[in-house]
Order: sequence, then structure tokens, then C-alpha cells
Amino acid sequence: MAQPLGPGDARRAALLLTPAYLWLTAAVFLPLSAMLFFSLLSDAPFRGADWRFTLDNYRAFFATDVYATLLWKSLRLGLTVTALCVVIGFPCAWVLAKTIRGRAREALFLLIILPFWSNSLVRVFSWAIVLRGNGALDWLAGLFSSGDVRLGLLFTPTAVVIGLVHSYLPYVILTTYLALQAIDDTLIEAARSMGADRRTIFRRLVLPLSLPGLAAGAVLVFVPVVGSFMEPRILGGRFGAYFGTVIEDQFVAVFNWPLGAALSFILLAVVLAILSAAAPVLRRAQGAAA
Amino acid sequence: MTARAPRTAALAAAAILAGSAAHADQIRVLNWQGYGTDLDWAVAAFAEATGHRVVHDYFNSEQEMLTKLRTNPGAYDVVMINAAFTPQAREEGLIAPVDVSRIANFADIAPEFAGNPALAADGEIWGVPWTWGLTSFAINTAAFDAPPESIRVLWDPAHEGRVSIRDDALEAVQIAALATGQDINAIADLAAVEAKLAALMPNVRAFWSSENDWNQFMAAGEFDVATYWSGSAARSQAMGLPVEFVVPEEGAIGWLDGLSIPATAPNVEAAHAFIDWMIDPDFHIRWDEEGAPASANAAAAEALPEDAFNRAVLGDPEVVARVQFQAPVDDATRAAYLALWQRLKAAQ
Repeated sequence: MAQPLGPGDARRAALLLTPAYLWLTAAVFLPLSAMLFFSLLSDAPFRGADWRFTLDNYRAFFATDVYATLLWKSLRLGLTVTALCVVIGFPCAWVLAKTIRGRAREALFLLIILPFWSNSLVRVFSWAIVLRGNGALDWLAGLFSSGDVRLGLLFTPTAVVIGLVHSYLPYVILTTYLALQAIDDTLIEAARSMGADRRTIFRRLVLPLSLPGLAAGAVLVFVPVVGSFMEPRILGGRFGAYFGTVIEDQFVAVFNWPLGAALSFILLAVVLAILSAAAPVLRRAQGAAA
Repeated sequence: MTARAPRTAALAAAAILAGSAAHADQIRVLNWQGYGTDLDWAVAAFAEATGHRVVHDYFNSEQEMLTKLRTNPGAYDVVMINAAFTPQAREEGLIAPVDVSRIANFADIAPEFAGNPALAADGEIWGVPWTWGLTSFAINTAAFDAPPESIRVLWDPAHEGRVSIRDDALEAVQIAALATGQDINAIADLAAVEAKLAALMPNVRAFWSSENDWNQFMAAGEFDVATYWSGSAARSQAMGLPVEFVVPEEGAIGWLDGLSIPATAPNVEAAHAFIDWMIDPDFHIRWDEEGAPASANAAAAEALPEDAFNRAVLGDPEVVARVQFQAPVDDATRAAYLALWQRLKAAQ
């Protein structure tokens, strides 16, 4: 299968890869370097501003416990939303991959992808309308009980979780679906014929084999949710201060770009640390399945 | 009618041509969106009278305004600056003195505004006083039998979860300073302010950030009482919202907005003409019908209908005596307020 590459092949491979590397340089490396540069300045380097290199912006993180508190709050939010997405997304993916066939599957797929086609801001504002007092949800709850129902969900941490789960659930469903579909049905039949009950099949066969997809989905959810700022701001009310909103404040309201950039890099470092700590655990889980 | 129409059109075209032949300038104005200078009818009338076309750029915070002035030299001819920020803009060399001899309406500006030390310095005028108003709070009239007289209503447990304040460190701190009976420009007991704000948090439903936010929340019945600006309250009322602006016994925060000319403005002549147009009583009277802050021009204030809020309430010396005008805030104080505000929000 793996034949050694000839000189012509190497040239062709380089040619084919060039656009991708150019794109990565322009879209990832350059902005990140600019932000890293900003994070080391004493002042945004605009006309007339007097700036020098400093580590003060990184020290600011440790100077008060405000940023650490908010970072911990954001990490908990990330874990909660990821856990809910996995718990809700896995059964959905299973039904899609193994139970439903044909037209019905296409229709369901469309329904899952549909939120992706609408603007995320529109999605969040729709939730604000649904969750607010006298909103659609209160009205619906009022149909099933007597009296004036005030769930009062808008402007609570629950509202933030609902908005984020809705936004990011499709990632988990799609990645898990791909992993589940790759599982050969005959494997499951074989296990059953050997006397494995449903729980054993799930624990020893389905879960380990779908773990790569599930893990990929979880990472795709966890990383952006930890840095999210729009959903907390619109749905969280007075509970809406998170690490992401503080970073946004530095760029939009306070105009302390260097501090905002430093906080972003601290977030990036923490997220990378968490992911690299989780990687061996996931690999071992996969290894155990093989 | 039909016979006269072409002639009128020809005259108008001639007037525009004459105007544009004399100047043919386009001026760029930097301001909050929807804040007076960009009213369609005013800009159209100005273009017809002078031939200058007005183009706008907007900011969402004073810091953004200063950054835009720093990073885009030569891009703006007129900039709207809150008087508390004018000294900073002057010290950074971002704005140039205004030649008041070119502004006919300047003579009518109320002396306490024209001589405001934030705008008049070194014998020059660095910003022409344009509008002023109050930051206090407004109530949803449906939630109250009679308007409250004290700012303590924000802390009233009867309105738990029905209160809002703006997500702004300076404004929050100054509101709490009023409630604790302190001078908003020299807060002696910042710990009392923080404790007062911490006590307010359980009552707060959400923070608002723009006038549009505020109107939507009020219309949805989310708030009973929320901090607000007097000019914006007038606009919300004009839109039909059941709101009433309150100047409590503890006083209110007063602010003054001025129009300045950037040091790098390309069309200084047209900029002066536009500022003169903006402080003209005729402009203000029409703006006031749609909901406006009070004019710094005494002649404009006197020309308003007697029942107009800007004349009936803000023209009342008893009310004005309770107002504490915002003084410039230095960077260290601003940073201390911001840290306090972030601490309070993070603790939620």
C-alpha cells in the first residue's frame, strides 16, 4: 500500500499542499502572531501612543482573583454544555445511524443541520424571545397548568446553557453519527449471537468504537463554549459575566487590546493544557477497545 | 402646479450648484448612531443651505471614539465629545480650537456651558456646548401608582428582579455615589459604593447596553425601573412606551456633550458651518418633537413649548440645583472603577 514517493510525486504533493499552507499562514498564524505581539505591549500601538514591551498584561491575570474566578466559571460552563451535548447527541446519532433508513433519515439530518444555516445571533435572539417573561415558553406552560406561570428562565445561567447546547449540539451528533455508521452491523449481530446482552454490547463494542467521533465532537463543543461571549451576554443578564465577555470588554468597551490579547492567550493555554491532559485518557480508552 | 414644478426644480438645482460651486465639500462626522447629527431632515436641509454633504461614522464608547481619532487622522471634520473626555482629547492633540467668531449661534449658548472649564481652556474653546441632559432612572408607569421620589427605589425589594442598570463602570459607580450621598466627582468612600452596588445586584434582572436594548426590555415588560438618560427617555416616550423619567431627591448625574473639530480635519470651514447649524434653535425645536436632550443654547431652550420636558423639568432651577455635573475622570480612577465593577459582575 505505502509505496515510496518518487521525486515527481513529492513535487506534486508540495504543489497540492501549498494553498492549504498559505491559507493556514494567512488565517491562523498571522492573526495569532499579531495578537501575541499585542499581548506583550504596554499600550495599543496607535498614533501618539507611547508603548513598550512588558509582561504586565499577563501579571494582571494573577493580580486579582476576578479573572481566575471567571475562567473557572467558563470552564464549568464548557463542561456542563459538553456533557449535555454528549448525553443528548449520542442517542440522536444512534437513532440516525442504526434505526432510521432512507427518506426519514434525510429529513432528520436536514432538521439537525438547519440551525447551522441561520445566523447564530438570530438563534440566540430567538431563544431570548422564547425564554423571556410572557414569552412563548411561559405561554406554553400556562396551557398545561392553571394560573399565571412565570418560569423566568431568561437572564439565568440556565438560559445560557440552553442557548449554547442548542448552538453546538449538531457538532456532537454529526461526528458521532459518522463513527456509529462505520460500525459494521454484523459485529453487533456476532456479539449478540455469542450471548452478549444489550448493555454489554453498548459498553464493550459500540461505545469504544464510537469514542473517536464522540471525543472529536466534545472537543469541537468544549473549546468554543469556554470562550463564548455572545450567548452569555444576551441570555445571561446579570449572571452573564464569563471569561469570554471580559475579553470582549477589553476589545470593545475598554479598549485595552493588550490585556484582551493576553487574556485570550491564557485561555488558549489553559484549553490546550486540558486537551493534552485528556488525550492519553482517550487513547487508552480506545486502546482498551482494540 | 405642473407649470411651476420644473421652475422650482431648476431653482433648487441652481441653488445646489451654486452651493457646491462655492464649497463642494463633504464633511465626515463622528458621533453615536441616532444622536441628532445624522437625522435625515437635518442633514438634507444643511446640504440644501450650504452645499456640504454630511457623511457619518459611529462609535459605541468614548474609548472607541478616541481610538478612531488617533488611528484615522484626517478622516473626520466634526466629532461629538462628552465634555468629561474633551480635556483628554485636547491633551493628546486630537482636537483643534474652534473659531467661535465663525459660529453665529455661539453668542446664545448659556454662559455656564460656554465657560465650562472642560471645554474652555487656555483662552480657547475646544468644544462647542451642544446638548446636555441627566443620567438618572426611568420607571415603567404601569408598575407604579405614583412616581418614586428617591433613588432608593432601585434597592426596593418590591422590585426584585425588575431593575436594570447600564453595563458601564463609571455610570454604576456614580449612581451608587448618589445613593450613598457622595460627590460623584470626588468619591471619598469607594467601599460604601461597592457595598451599595453589591446590595443592588439581587434586584438587577439584566444590564442594558444601548438605547435599543432598553426600549426592547421595557416594551417586553422585563423592567419596572431602570437607569436611563433624559434625552433617551424623551425618545422612548415619543415612541409610545409607558415610561417616565425621574429626578430623585438625591440628585442626578449631569452631562454635557460638545461638538469639536479634530486637529487634522480637512474641511474646517464646513465643520464650523455644521456646528453652527447643530446649535441653531430651529434645529433643536424640531429635534425636541422627536425626543432630544436639552440644548445648551439658551435661545433654543426658551423657544420650546412650555410643557416640553426639556423646558418644564430641566428648565426648573430647583431641579438643576440637584444636578451634579460630571467632571473629567483620570485614568487611575477609571481603572479603579472598572476593577470594582468587574469584581461585582464576576461574583454573580
